[in-house]
Amino acid sequence: MLWACLLLPQLALDGVLRHRADDSPLVLVDGPVNARTVMAANARARAAGLHIGQRLTAAQALLAQFDAIPYDAAEVGRWQQFLAGVAYRYSSQVALLPHAIVLEVSKSQSLFGSWSTMERRLRSDVAALGFRHRVAAAPTPHGAYVLAGVGDGQTALSHEGMQRLLDDVPLSKSRLPTEPVDTLPRMGVRRLGQLLRMPRDGLQRRFGAGLLQAMDRMMGDMPAGLDLYVPPDGVDWHIELSHEVENIAALIFPLRRMIGDLAAYLSGRDGGVQRFLLRLEHRDRVVTDVPVGMLSPERSTDVLFDAARGRLEQVQLPAPVLALRLIADDLPAFVPTGRDLFDERPANALPFEQLRERLRARLGDGAVYQWSTTNDPRPEHSQRVAAEDEGLLEPRPRPTWLLERPIPWRGALRIVSGPERLETGWWDGGDTRRDYYVIETDLGQRAWAFCAPDEQSGWMLHGWFA
Amino acid sequence: MGAIVALANLLDARQVWRGQAVPIVEGEQPTGWPQLDAVLPTRGWPEASLSEILIPADGIGELRLVLPALARLTQGARPVVLIAPPYLPCAMGWRQHGVNLQRLDIVDAEEKQVLWAAEQCLRSGSCAAVLAWPHQVDDRSLRRLQVAADTGRALAFVFRDRKHLANASPASLRLELTTAPHTAIWVRKCRGGNAPSQAIPFDHVHRLSSEGWNSEVTTHAVHQRMRGSLNSGLRRNHERKKQSA
Repeated sequence: MLWACLLLPQLALDGVLRHRADDSPLVLVDGPVNARTVMAANARARAAGLHIGQRLTAAQALLAQFDAIPYDAAEVGRWQQFLAGVAYRYSSQVALLPHAIVLEVSKSQSLFGSWSTMERRLRSDVAALGFRHRVAAAPTPHGAYVLAGVGDGQTALSHEGMQRLLDDVPLSKSRLPTEPVDTLPRMGVRRLGQLLRMPRDGLQRRFGAGLLQAMDRMMGDMPAGLDLYVPPDGVDWHIELSHEVENIAALIFPLRRMIGDLAAYLSGRDGGVQRFLLRLEHRDRVVTDVPVGMLSPERSTDVLFDAARGRLEQVQLPAPVLALRLIADDLPAFVPTGRDLFDERPANALPFEQLRERLRARLGDGAVYQWSTTNDPRPEHSQRVAAEDEGLLEPRPRPTWLLERPIPWRGALRIVSGPERLETGWWDGGDTRRDYYVIETDLGQRAWAFCAPDEQSGWMLHGWFA
Repeated sequence: MGAIVALANLLDARQVWRGQAVPIVEGEQPTGWPQLDAVLPTRGWPEASLSEILIPADGIGELRLVLPALARLTQGARPVVLIAPPYLPCAMGWRQHGVNLQRLDIVDAEEKQVLWAAEQCLRSGSCAAVLAWPHQVDDRSLRRLQVAADTGRALAFVFRDRKHLANASPASLRLELTTAPHTAIWVRKCRGGNAPSQAIPFDHVHRLSSEGWNSEVTTHAVHQRMRGSLNSGLRRNHERKKQSA
């Protein structure tokens, strides 16, 4: 067993920052109204002297202009769930610990390569999503959790290695129950190694069973007792915008983040999405729904973003937008399209599916289609919009252009071939009795025209042999 | 002023424009019409560029001209896109010419969006050929299509009324179809060579009969009173689209 721990020290702040395009000073505040304290501060705010634990009033004395956003514990939980979904790509055993995610990676090594390779990929995934993190690996989840708290990149591949690394960990960082951690240093026990070598029965008498259990879990002598993460079957994400947005262009940045998250979530779940809903929330619970639908399930960020942006740009905003919500209930399986190994297309070519979605986003959902033939002989019913096809081949000549409705033809004409009688359609009321001819006009055009049976007058033009 | 400048230096400094800037390579896109291939400098459709086809009226073989190439491309599983065709493409008719309908996508676009859609398709690099029927198009937008075709390495075809022949065009190849007295192709411009002064007979009718379709040809003329001019259906179609919109 090898457990990786992804420690997220600034989850709340990162969650807020990733929706903001600018880097103006910002702090998260919490506490009662008359004693608000700073919970987190971004780089610009820290540079101005603001720090965690400071009173908001003190912070306001230091810096005139900064944004103070209430700390939202539920929001932190949501981000943690989201990142667990991302980590789910690497392992089926993912669990949540306070400010951290642990995942079992030894079984995934045959797929992703050694731990160092996987660590690189995990880091780049999380960094691309905009979260600061520390990573550690150890044979037990709680061991990895402690190591991640001590420093970034600590790796212990064996129990002995973990023991060596843990020996030097100060008790204050051992994540053991608080009471012994406060008391033990006064007895001269300052390092975890010292504690681990103390007689167990004495410890149990002095501190109870809780401490021993926590130590056994850390060392792997007892099951870790974690509730594994189960990915949800749908997506319902919500972004509160920091101000009222009146034009669509300002929604593009949060939208890009949201779609990027959706793509990360979908690849973690190894699924795709065919339809999702963007809901723009205005004042007084008024909403504007923007449905986004694609021809086939997709999960690439570019395709999803193109499709969503194309639909969003056509929306006329009735009122300023306060929040953006993304709802995707239907997450079908995703089958990537096969590509030719010796692809002759230019290197920067757009996949055809993406092009098709881009056209549909701007021109309308029904604007891109394919025709296929049916076995109905009537020209009006001889083709339909569909991808699958029966592959019939009609032996008699058919034009290349078909007129949507036949039009009367009053010009001069010369019959080239015919007649071909169509007498059919009695079963559905669309009874047709026509003689079709290939004709040539005096301009040299070849046309497909019909008239009533056995009459060569009253010509109706139905197609061109273009 | 008296200094003698060697011609080679001038050429190396690229201060002298030479008529034939880009050497013409023979392409691999035969039109399927041997007589036409023979006169074209690229021995086929010019690759990764715009070809303009000018027609006096619909239904005189303008599609038959490009169908052999489209059939070859679609059978090789390369996508072909039609943008705002003036009529419904008849699925059976296209299949009779060997086109794989699974690779033929039709894009309905309003008049203003036709050029945008064509440019997107060409630039994407994922289409083998793009056929467009723009209604109003100027020199600038054709140049954009030409550049897009070059970027995406695709064949671009634009079908226009022959009245635009007098206007200059950046297309690599301009073909005009005429019907009187026989259907013929005039090469009005071809990059990399002089346009031939003779028309090329375009015997699409013969091919129709040689394929055994009209074995029992009953030829007799039915003359009726002419009413109105038989103009290109392009205009009619655009009017229809306006009505439906």
